[in-house]
Amino acid sequence: MNYQLNEEEKMLQKTAADFANKSLAAVAVESNEKGEFQDDIYKQLGKLGFLGMTVPEKYGGVDFGNFCLALSIEQISRVCASTAVAISVHNSLTNWVILNFGSAETREKYLPLLASGEVLGAYALTESNAGSDIGAIQTSAVREGDNYILNGSKLFVSTGDKAGVVIVFARTDTENRKRGLSAFVVEPDFPGFSVGKPEKKMGLKASSTVELVFEDCVVPVANLLAEEGKGMLIALSALDGGRIGIASQALGIGQAALDEAVKFARGRVQFGRKIIDFQSTKWKIAEMATKLEASRLLVYNAARLRDSGDISTKHVSMAKLFATRAVNEIVYDSLQIHGGVGYTSEFLIERLFRDARALEIYEGTSEVQKLVISREVIKEYDRILPD
Amino acid sequence: MKIIVLLKRVPDTEAKILINSEGSGINEEGVKFIINTYDEYAIEEGLKLKENVGGDSTVTVVCMGPEESTEIIRTALAMGADNAIHICDAALDNPTPDMTATLLAKAIKNNGFDIIFCGKQGIDYDMAQTQAFLAEKLDIPQVNIISEFAISDDNKKAFLVRSIEGADEKVEADLPVIISCNKGLNEPRYASLPGIMKAKRKEIKKLTLTDLDSSGVPAEKDSTIIKWLSLPKSGECKIIEGEDFGEKVVELARLLREEAKVL
Amino acid sequence: MNDVLIFGEIRDGNLKKVIKELVTAGRIVTEGTGGSIDAILVGRGASDLSESISGLGIRKTICVDDDQVEKYSTEGYAKTLSDLIAESSYGYILFGATAMGRDLSPRVAARVGGVMFSDCVDLRFEEGRCIAKRPVYSGKLFVEIVPVGKKPVFITLRPNNIPPAESDGGKTEMVSRPSGVTEDMIRALATEIIPMAGGRPDITEAEVIVSGGRAMKDSSNFEILGELADLLGGAVGASRAAVDAGYSLQPLQVGQTGKIVNPKLYIACGISGAIQHLAGMRTSKVIVAINKDPNAPIFEKAHYGIVGDLFEVVPALTEEIKKLL
Repeated sequence: MNYQLNEEEKMLQKTAADFANKSLAAVAVESNEKGEFQDDIYKQLGKLGFLGMTVPEKYGGVDFGNFCLALSIEQISRVCASTAVAISVHNSLTNWVILNFGSAETREKYLPLLASGEVLGAYALTESNAGSDIGAIQTSAVREGDNYILNGSKLFVSTGDKAGVVIVFARTDTENRKRGLSAFVVEPDFPGFSVGKPEKKMGLKASSTVELVFEDCVVPVANLLAEEGKGMLIALSALDGGRIGIASQALGIGQAALDEAVKFARGRVQFGRKIIDFQSTKWKIAEMATKLEASRLLVYNAARLRDSGDISTKHVSMAKLFATRAVNEIVYDSLQIHGGVGYTSEFLIERLFRDARALEIYEGTSEVQKLVISREVIKEYDRILPD
Repeated sequence: MKIIVLLKRVPDTEAKILINSEGSGINEEGVKFIINTYDEYAIEEGLKLKENVGGDSTVTVVCMGPEESTEIIRTALAMGADNAIHICDAALDNPTPDMTATLLAKAIKNNGFDIIFCGKQGIDYDMAQTQAFLAEKLDIPQVNIISEFAISDDNKKAFLVRSIEGADEKVEADLPVIISCNKGLNEPRYASLPGIMKAKRKEIKKLTLTDLDSSGVPAEKDSTIIKWLSLPKSGECKIIEGEDFGEKVVELARLLREEAKVL
Repeated sequence: MNDVLIFGEIRDGNLKKVIKELVTAGRIVTEGTGGSIDAILVGRGASDLSESISGLGIRKTICVDDDQVEKYSTEGYAKTLSDLIAESSYGYILFGATAMGRDLSPRVAARVGGVMFSDCVDLRFEEGRCIAKRPVYSGKLFVEIVPVGKKPVFITLRPNNIPPAESDGGKTEMVSRPSGVTEDMIRALATEIIPMAGGRPDITEAEVIVSGGRAMKDSSNFEILGELADLLGGAVGASRAAVDAGYSLQPLQVGQTGKIVNPKLYIACGISGAIQHLAGMRTSKVIVAINKDPNAPIFEKAHYGIVGDLFEVVPALTEEIKKLL
């Protein structure tokens, strides 16, 4: 299956696959077991250009776009989905937001550092009382002269303790739920910035997830993105890219789960037959492969739509909803084919099973995707049907 | 310095190789083709040499093979090679080492060369002959299966280590020289994303037999494959049962001694 | 063109044992052509060493032992051989498929206009033509190949594939010959040979190989394989996964991107049996697999298998074999 990849896309896919199979595979098992974040892997990814995939050349990036980013995340996730978390956040959230909403000065200051991988980017949106409901964000930003003073704390910040640049969403207007949010570029060196406790997660263990705490954190006015009150708009417009990233992780995990299932079933003998010869196994394999293929078409299409500049929100949410649900079914069936050993950490499927679970939750739960999709679909009908 | 790297397109090492239904070669269906594994070490060594020597050094990739070889040539360019020569002609059907070397020699002479890197063998026919035929035609020394490479300050002498049975052999060679590379020589780089972008704009010079003037190329093949053979089916494996590993090893040792007679 | 020339390789003052297998191959050819077998020994001590192959059915052993060929050089040795071939009428020139043979043979073939078959594992002579069997695709398949036309045929023969020749009581004439090499002809010269540490035989020549895979988990764990290998006078090998993970060294790698081996006994420990590994060891006479995973593909190629933890099984096996030997 070629998915109409052109020569560059094929080469990029091969580089991502080679990197995953060699460099990443060499450390993936251990770093997931120990829950260690692999700094060196990101240094290498930066050198290869994977951390500037949506950044133009003039800022030191390689503007391959969202589709190529999806291809890359898919290949990386086949081997280590944790590693793909930071790639996705860095490219489609941090870099993208600075590129689209930063001033010329902000772009020139931060994008070359980020695109080369010299520093990693993080994205601090979620709070204890503001998950899907970002209008409930309580972290405050108060202007004092040339600075904003931030107070509050953020949860579930991927790579928050490793990042050199964090996009922080805070409230500049306590009255207006929607238009009271603003976004800031924050460096960990700013006074009042601290890293809180790391989360003990079920999966994605080689990715670090921390709390960030802001206590009278001083952020220069120049680091405000766009203008005050644009926070909600920024958060929502970045989400499409982020969601493609998560959906692409689903493709990689799903592919690995299918690969593992077939490999295992070809070797495992029960009742004197290879279990791949049992109809119950074959049907599972058919279902898994079909779900994976459907997911891939949805995700690739959404990514290409976003690259073409068309409004892609509905397609992106459909891709994320479907692919992240499908991958959970795929890992379930793959583990079932493995039987007892699949429930042990000796086999890769055990990690895939845990990693897949996060995908239906972060960057918009499946329930939120359904809200988005239904809203878009009903809006389309509203436009053509009589009131 | 003009650095030449030879490339060949071959089936993936992970591929299962089966004989085609006519029994006249391999079944290519579903087989992924890649850069000959050992050639990757040659590319890396060529690029490293260019980086060390600096100046106006160039790395030129020379590949003889079907149209589809463009893909591996582009990969080598994305890794950092400067330009490429692709000898491609429908009339070339599994050329012998002598034919291949004659054509390569013509192209390389036209381009100019100071050093040539190649893989120690193609992982398809595994003949490891082309480099020697090429060396003879270019009248230069050859050093095969190298695991270390260094060059003198005046770029006139190469210091090499080549792997022989149970030992390393140190070799000194005058340039120009052809060097065949073994795994372990270096860690080939990945084609980076900026490299992939740049590769688009690099030149691949296509040469046909007419372009190369095929005089001196043997017209007839000097050998022919009369039969392709699959490996004999391996027998059933005797899985040794036992209460614990202690019992199992006693039984295994007995079988190795009494049945297989290898102890 | 009916005569055969075999090349005797001298290494560390010894003649490589593959020479007796080359004599057997030479007999296969001359039984077809009716010609005779000559041998050429090049290097220090050639004359003394020629004794050891006297009476194997060799007509004449040509010894070349001057300063210019004391150390190996492709060009010096190629000059020596090609001069001899040019003034004789050898139709078949046989080498061992060793590092030297594989380096030298194609260069001489190129110089004298020969055709070459690399790494042959078997030869036969039928209907006036020599049919060579050789592996392709790293041993995943074999081909039978024949020469076309009148070029001299160069063959490198893999060690341990055909039986060594026994003495036939005949007489071998010994002649000395100058190399004809001058210093200016040699542009690449072997200056020094550094043996690999460990003192174990090379995996391409060993009769027993104990190999470890990724499951070895660490380079220090290879010692338990070393103990078994030493007990059996064998070598220690490794899979690509083990080499890539840094547990073992590239010269010990068995498989498509490593060495092709052909021992009497191959013991695969914690090796799953990837296609590219199997390609390197499947022709071993007896294969033993020790692996925790009963589904590992290695069991499909093995003759004997133990499903179990190599860290328990291998030391126990070493102890058990100690009792037997």
